[in-house]
Amino acid sequence: MKKLTRRSFLKKAAIGGLAAAAPLKMVEVVYGQGAQEKFTFAVISDAHLTHIKGTKFVRNFDEGLERAVTEVSFMDPPPDFVVFGGDLAQLGKKEELEHGLEKLSKLSLPIKFVIGEHDFYLDMGEYWQKHIAPLNYSFDHKGVHFVVLNSILTYDSWINQFKDPMERMLGMARLDNPHGSPFIVGEEGRRWLKKDLAKLSPDTPIIVLTHSPLYKIFKPWNFWTDDAEKVQAILARFKKVTVMHGHVHQIIYNQIGNISFYAFMSTAWPWPYPPTYTQKPNNFPKITVMMNRADPFHERDGTGWSWAEVAAGRVTHHYELWENTPRTVYYDEKLGHPVDKDYQDPSKRIPPQIHY
Amino acid sequence: MFNKILVLLAVFGLLVLASNARSDEFTKEDLKKWHEAFMEVVKEGERLFHSPLGRNKVSCDMCHPNAANTHPETYPKFQKQLGKVVELRDMINWCIQNPLEGDPLPLDDPRMIALEAYIKWERRGVPLAPGKH
Ligand SMILES: [Fe+2]
Ligand SMILES: [Fe+2]
Repeated sequence: MKKLTRRSFLKKAAIGGLAAAAPLKMVEVVYGQGAQEKFTFAVISDAHLTHIKGTKFVRNFDEGLERAVTEVSFMDPPPDFVVFGGDLAQLGKKEELEHGLEKLSKLSLPIKFVIGEHDFYLDMGEYWQKHIAPLNYSFDHKGVHFVVLNSILTYDSWINQFKDPMERMLGMARLDNPHGSPFIVGEEGRRWLKKDLAKLSPDTPIIVLTHSPLYKIFKPWNFWTDDAEKVQAILARFKKVTVMHGHVHQIIYNQIGNISFYAFMSTAWPWPYPPTYTQKPNNFPKITVMMNRADPFHERDGTGWSWAEVAAGRVTHHYELWENTPRTVYYDEKLGHPVDKDYQDPSKRIPPQIHY
Repeated sequence: MFNKILVLLAVFGLLVLASNARSDEFTKEDLKKWHEAFMEVVKEGERLFHSPLGRNKVSCDMCHPNAANTHPETYPKFQKQLGKVVELRDMINWCIQNPLEGDPLPLDDPRMIALEAYIKWERRGVPLAPGKH
């Protein structure tokens, strides 16, 4: 019942403010072992802060980001850094990005920013690169090589059809746009990645942080990166590769060859699972145990944040699901792919995990 | 599949024409026209579904791309959060009032019919399952 205590504590902390509360202890579970130093990082993603007008923003989405920031602040021990997984803004507006930065500034931890399509397509990443972060960069942390890779570019032919930047933004922001365009890392990004990894030995654990999944799940909603195979090929020579991504607003995990994939939660709203749209085929990963169907009457259900424990170059991903049971997905060395700690066995699944 | 149904309906129409000219008669052209009239409403529903219908710029498609996760085939059903059996349009209004912070539509409003038409069109082919949670 440790977790329950912690969760109710978090709730109190969020309501009562920082002063009244003592720091909480994170539950330490490690599924891998090795020489590398163990560490954690927190993940907040897909905040989609939406400007209404003047100083008004959509309350619901503001509260999601605020709650994640508060809860991450209470992690004890604190994580080494926080990853923001992209889609800070809804329509890439300066007001939205600044509003988000202000909320994130309450964190006294370094933040590694990944850009999302909602942050990019109004000004083609100008504000982001000037004030927030580069689009592609890497860093080494306690024996792991981290790569932030911009995966939300698309083809020039699609981009060039728009004269008005907001029209372009709206065209990309509509997830189910029948005239949308698939994401790509692009030739330049792949060249950069190859060069960035060139000096590393195959034993170096790699964690790639992107916004879109670096594989192909469902094209109609852009749960898809068009040149994913080419990026996977660049990563193929490494023994331990983990790709963590935003954009899908739900629990998804997968294994393709040597690469383990984990999706981030959104603090704003959950997307439906692609198999629930019955008019188009999908490649939804068979090993994923879906999260519980969200109850719209509980505003924060289906949203949340997560934290990753890294040990021996493998990730254990803890999903903190508001108004729902937390989930833990870890890399199973024997099976060679991520598994859910409680629900992986089909006989352990529960009715809310059935989506239709 | 749909074409087959059209052909079947047309053949049926011709048989009726041959045997009894006074009953409801329709041609392939009629069927096409009526389907187009329906799709016009679907299109309007799609537009509304992707527009802010309340006061906060949030739209239906933000949580329901392609109207997924709306389960129109399960209505009417006992909506546990409302404590009674309701129709899809009651849930549409709940969404307009809460996440979209707007005013409910009259149940026979053309916009409501359009929204339902779009939602059901995106769910076509799924067997009816009234009451299913
Ligand atoms: Fe997003
Ligand atoms: Fe996104």
